[in-house]
Amino acid sequence: MMKINGYKDNYEMFVKSSGNKSLPVIKPKEYNFNEKKLRKNLTQLLDELDLKDGMTLSFHHHLRNGDHVLNMVMEEIEKRKLKDLTLYASSIFPIHSPLVRMIENGTISQVYSAYVSGPVAKAISEGKMEKVLVMHTHGGRVRIIEMGEVTIDVAFIGAPTCDLFGNISGKIGKNACGAIGYAVTDAQYAKKSVAITDNIVEGLANYDIDGKYIDYILKVNSIGDAQGIVSGTTQITKNPIGLKIARLTTEVIKNSGYFVNGFSFQTGAGGISLAVAKYLKDLMKETNIKGSFASGGITSYLVEMLEEGYFEKLFDVQCFDLEAVRSIRDNGNHIPISASKYANINDDCVVNDLDFVILGATEIDLHFNVNVTTSSTGEIMGGSGGHSDTSYGSKVTIVVSQLFNARIPVIKDQVICKTTPGETVDVLVTERGIAINPLRLDLIERLKKTNLPLKTIRELKAISDELVGIPQEIPFTDQVIAVVEYRDGSVIDFIYKKAL
Amino acid sequence: MNKIYRSMLFMPGNNPGMLQSADIFDADSVIFDLEDSVSIEEKDSALILVTELMKSIQLNANIVIRINPYDTAFYQTDLDLIKQLNINTILLPKASLQSMKDLDSQLEKTNINIFALIETAQGIEDVYEILKSTSRCVGLILGGEDLSVDLNCERTKEGTELFYARTRVVNAAKALKKIVVDTPFTDTIDEMGLKNDCLTARKLGFDGKASINPRQIDIINTVFSPSEKEIKFALRVIDAKNLALENGLGVFSLDGKMVDLPVIKRAEFIVHTAVKIGLIKGENDEN
Repeated sequence: MMKINGYKDNYEMFVKSSGNKSLPVIKPKEYNFNEKKLRKNLTQLLDELDLKDGMTLSFHHHLRNGDHVLNMVMEEIEKRKLKDLTLYASSIFPIHSPLVRMIENGTISQVYSAYVSGPVAKAISEGKMEKVLVMHTHGGRVRIIEMGEVTIDVAFIGAPTCDLFGNISGKIGKNACGAIGYAVTDAQYAKKSVAITDNIVEGLANYDIDGKYIDYILKVNSIGDAQGIVSGTTQITKNPIGLKIARLTTEVIKNSGYFVNGFSFQTGAGGISLAVAKYLKDLMKETNIKGSFASGGITSYLVEMLEEGYFEKLFDVQCFDLEAVRSIRDNGNHIPISASKYANINDDCVVNDLDFVILGATEIDLHFNVNVTTSSTGEIMGGSGGHSDTSYGSKVTIVVSQLFNARIPVIKDQVICKTTPGETVDVLVTERGIAINPLRLDLIERLKKTNLPLKTIRELKAISDELVGIPQEIPFTDQVIAVVEYRDGSVIDFIYKKAL
Repeated sequence: MNKIYRSMLFMPGNNPGMLQSADIFDADSVIFDLEDSVSIEEKDSALILVTELMKSIQLNANIVIRINPYDTAFYQTDLDLIKQLNINTILLPKASLQSMKDLDSQLEKTNINIFALIETAQGIEDVYEILKSTSRCVGLILGGEDLSVDLNCERTKEGTELFYARTRVVNAAKALKKIVVDTPFTDTIDEMGLKNDCLTARKLGFDGKASINPRQIDIINTVFSPSEKEIKFALRVIDAKNLALENGLGVFSLDGKMVDLPVIKRAEFIVHTAVKIGLIKGENDEN
């Protein structure tokens, strides 16, 4: 039985810890130059790796739904009848559907991830995996490795370009994905690290991962489909309700007291979030206020703001579209960062310097706890990613959502899964009003002076309940299928299998 | 004049998702449409949906219902149900002297007002008489799409083809002190085109603009709202007027210019509008 830790009670012990960073991270290498690292055959490589039952294998998700690496490697491993493997994949997408079979036949017995969607999420929701899914945050994933809670036996790193020393660049190659921030820690800490590439060059002048961390290079025909890199939603919403929410959000930013020269900003790739970026740009133009940096998953809208001088820098842990990939290659002020630098509590991380973050929610409860892990009907369909990392770090955390969508309300008495604790969420903006967390007296005081439609979250819930009613409670069994870990490693919730 | 009509937003009467959200787009009025945006086979469901919605939900918006035209079979069915609802305005499409007269008589025992949709060449010629035909008529909307079909001319973004119609309806409405609202701008992506069209309408004297997409409301409201400069000047005019009254002066000047009655009336209207739309606080508002 896993111990349930309150994240607040355990936070202090991590604050000044450096994890096991003090340990030497440069692993002794058998091969360190020329073609001695290079392998041209996956079968031969797997033989050399001496894989065994029960090992932990890691993958990154920078190729997103265009990734071919994870399936390619795992299907070969499955043929070898290996069992009880732990998959330490930063995110899992619909393209990874072959994993369902491996979960069912016991090749994979456990998954750690920050975000799981598609058929794999469905299979795990149905209770098909032997052990529980561990859902961490993007920052938490790094901490888990650093602190030795999980040891990666082999890291398989999809590398858009690699030289013969094993230096990896995400910025060039036919499947360039830009930043590869989630793979850095894997390369550093795995017992063995493999760069899997479809583009080998002689010597890279600029690289994202140092070849000294790479043990093997595997040349394959294709690591993925660059078009699949584009995140699910990368267009500004045309939905007038979404646009209204975005306008209100921009007004909250404007009147929050933190919208001053040098402010910093992060927004996701959702339609409403992108609309906030658009309106924010108009506001910055109108008020002649310039930002210091924008961070996170980067989209073309933020690239445009960098190029037009609205922000000085972009700190990019992953590129959400191909325009961001182009920018990170060509613009010195578009800076790649590792997942550790992005959100690890043991690092001097970027999220702690954020003034504003705009986040989504599937559900939010009366205490501002947010669920982005399951659907409103209880199936796993996502995960924190950087949600709770940025929510913790940012001075003003704004959740944007329609009050209800297709008759499903966003505000519940209790969320099905607590992904992000309400103590770290400051404002909820909906089309029918804005609720400020009562803990944020400063924001309440400032926003009360405006004409903005302020309401308590209970008042918003009452409006929603009147219009669409209260949904039936979803029945669950007592079988735990997933454990939700906060960024400091404490367990903040369990996800249960649904009752039939 | 109590209500503000900067923006009037059409919503198809058979779209529950939109109707339910009618009061969140900041449109001064929302028009639930039973006519052109509802196909023949959806007429009955639209009527039922609008009727039930109005009975069950208190929307925080000024709701207008566009019924079907007088010369269609749906007109009477619509009217029989709609006039029983707690609404204050019906929009009558293809308004004519005859249809206004009929609608007025059918609404006799109600407090329901009428907005006339002027969208035929004959309607343009008769507009003064139409507006004057009943005190129930509070204003008009110009319908440029149907009118250009009637005129057999191309409907353009510049709207040159509507120039006569626009100036004629504005003049008639202003002569009778009624509301006059411009035709929708139908390209919902062209924000600059919308803004220019609104500016043209405002210059000609329109009080507001109809819209077929909620995304247009922000721009329309902005153009038809008094500017900060206008509000400041209007407030100074009213202050100067009050001071003159206190001092027993019949006429007074501001910035070296004589202020006469039309200037005062316009200032009062601007302040009234600014208070109504929340740009400034009124005397009775809480501090």
